[in-house]
Amino acid sequence: MAKLYELRLYVAGKTSKSVVALENLKKICEEHLKGQYSIEVIDLLERPQLAEGDQILAIPTLVKKVPEPVRKIIGDLSNVEKVLVGLDIRPRTTN
Amino acid sequence: MAKLNKQPSPVAISKTLTGIAGLDEITLGGLPSGRPTLICGEAGSGKTLFSIEFIVRGALDYGEPGVFMAFEEKADELKTNVASLGFDLEKLEHEKKIRIDYIHIDRAEIEETGEYDLEGLFIRLNYAIDSIGAKRVVLDTIENLFSGLKNEGILRAEIRRLFQFLKSKGVTAIITGERGEKSLTRQGLEEYVSDCVILLDHRIINQISTRRLRIVKYRGSVHGTNEYPFLIDDEGISVLPITSLELNKEVSSESISSGVKALDKMLGNAGFYRGSSILASGTAGTGKTSIAASFANATCLRKEKCLFFAFEESPKQIIRNMRSIGMDLQKHVDDKYLQFYASRPTLFGLEMHLVAIHKAIHKFKPDAVILDPITNLITIGSVSEVKTMLVRLIDFLQIQQITVMFTALTLNNVVNEQTDEGVSSLVDAWLQIRDIENNGERNRGLYIMKSRGMKHSNQIREFVITDKGLDLVDVFLTEDGVLTGSAREARLLLQQTGEIIHEQAVSRKDRELIRKRKVLESKIDSLRSEYESAEEELNKVYVEEALKKQIMGDTISKITDLRRADISAPVKSKTKKTNK
Repeated sequence: MAKLYELRLYVAGKTSKSVVALENLKKICEEHLKGQYSIEVIDLLERPQLAEGDQILAIPTLVKKVPEPVRKIIGDLSNVEKVLVGLDIRPRTTN
Repeated sequence: MAKLNKQPSPVAISKTLTGIAGLDEITLGGLPSGRPTLICGEAGSGKTLFSIEFIVRGALDYGEPGVFMAFEEKADELKTNVASLGFDLEKLEHEKKIRIDYIHIDRAEIEETGEYDLEGLFIRLNYAIDSIGAKRVVLDTIENLFSGLKNEGILRAEIRRLFQFLKSKGVTAIITGERGEKSLTRQGLEEYVSDCVILLDHRIINQISTRRLRIVKYRGSVHGTNEYPFLIDDEGISVLPITSLELNKEVSSESISSGVKALDKMLGNAGFYRGSSILASGTAGTGKTSIAASFANATCLRKEKCLFFAFEESPKQIIRNMRSIGMDLQKHVDDKYLQFYASRPTLFGLEMHLVAIHKAIHKFKPDAVILDPITNLITIGSVSEVKTMLVRLIDFLQIQQITVMFTALTLNNVVNEQTDEGVSSLVDAWLQIRDIENNGERNRGLYIMKSRGMKHSNQIREFVITDKGLDLVDVFLTEDGVLTGSAREARLLLQQTGEIIHEQAVSRKDRELIRKRKVLESKIDSLRSEYESAEEELNKVYVEEALKKQIMGDTISKITDLRRADISAPVKSKTKKTNK
């Protein structure tokens, strides 16, 4: 389980949603991926040109670049289960 | 621009020219500036093309850079697709005149947890707009968001916000939407776009497809309300310009030759009016195309341009056939005075034909147009459809002061005067060529059914096609009816023989008269000699008498002398008595 998670969180300014999302993300990572992750926060208001590269529409968006496959999780990451599924930590349940 | 859009201005709204042929006429100036316009239609109705042309024309013709946000096709795909229309997106993008931004949404990649908004999209759009100073924006098609994101509530709120955002940016935007079953778009986008909604339609009637466009609404502006056909070809989109709403076109009183001298004479010695519409109708093989061709020939000889729409024969065929009657159309084609436009009527729908005709006319800018024959169009549309098409065409041509000649085939089994797609009431002049069947042969009779504003002849003339061209000959009117063809020739011969006979008769009578005179004269002579002889007789008596007297006198004096008697009177008288 020594995978390295490269995570990017796209935000647009310090909105309440982005703050919540970052907090949630840190919490989840500490809990499930301790020592195996790096988080990069990108503020699109400062670097709007980066929005195109990762096909960002929604804010906030968490992008898992590594490990493959690329996944995006949008929203304030309040649903831990969904975040874990999105990060491929939990297997996807077919419902 | 941006200032204009916060509040609807009290004056007429400003418009942005799209540059799409015909659309700006229908909308009377283009799309509302600084506002979003919704273009909706079914799959394949041309929405993407429409919007990309809006961007490209803006960049090329109006110096307005544009952003194309593609939610459906990737930028490369899009570039390849529109390259066939002659749009070089690559180059424009390189020149920073346009920007294509592909927005990829894959549901499988996305997990939604909790609250979010579409600020990312806004930022991208904003960045794209600002990076090239765009004045035009296309979102094609924003509904794809709905397939990628689950939270409809958020989406709807965000789309509403997006339109506000576009307005605040002051860009003229086109948003495309797939047509829904009950509403104009599947996701009801029309709720958000209230300024201008254009509906594209792609209909197939009798296996022939026609694309149509309709402006569903255009707030604050007058616009054409009809369905307008449009054409997508190698030069992009062209919408059929509007039917003019008024009958206030310019008219010309200049007349131009029909190409047949005798026909000009029948038409008040002048020909047709410039900019008028002429219908030449007749049954099969009566020489309608020849009339049309000779009009074309005359037009080209005047060094004017003529556009010949052939729906029946190929240009080469027409040129060959006309050469046989002494018209060299090839020369005019080479000199660029004459252009043929041949197409099978079934190639596409009626409306498409009209659009194609419009386009060809716009390109060639002719002085005269010929449609040969309009009847063939019937194969692809009903009579009323053809009629409306022709009304529009005539309208369009008359505004441009282009003289138009239609030919129409009339069928023998229909009442002759009532066919012609009912266009006869629309045209200014109507020539009818009719078969006159007589004496075991068929001949052509031409007459002018009508010619507005002209003192035209009411005579039926025989229409003859010779190897030197067309001509009209006087027909013979006899107690047996109208004589044409060989009957006319025969009659002519008969008349000539009659004249000779008559001449002879006259000379015979003359001779008889002379003879009679001679007889009379001789009679007079004999009478005169008779009279002379009678006179002579009479004279003779007188002379004798005188002689007698003299002789008697002589004798008496002699006797007296002999007697030597006294010359006394009584004796003398006595003697006299006795002598008796």
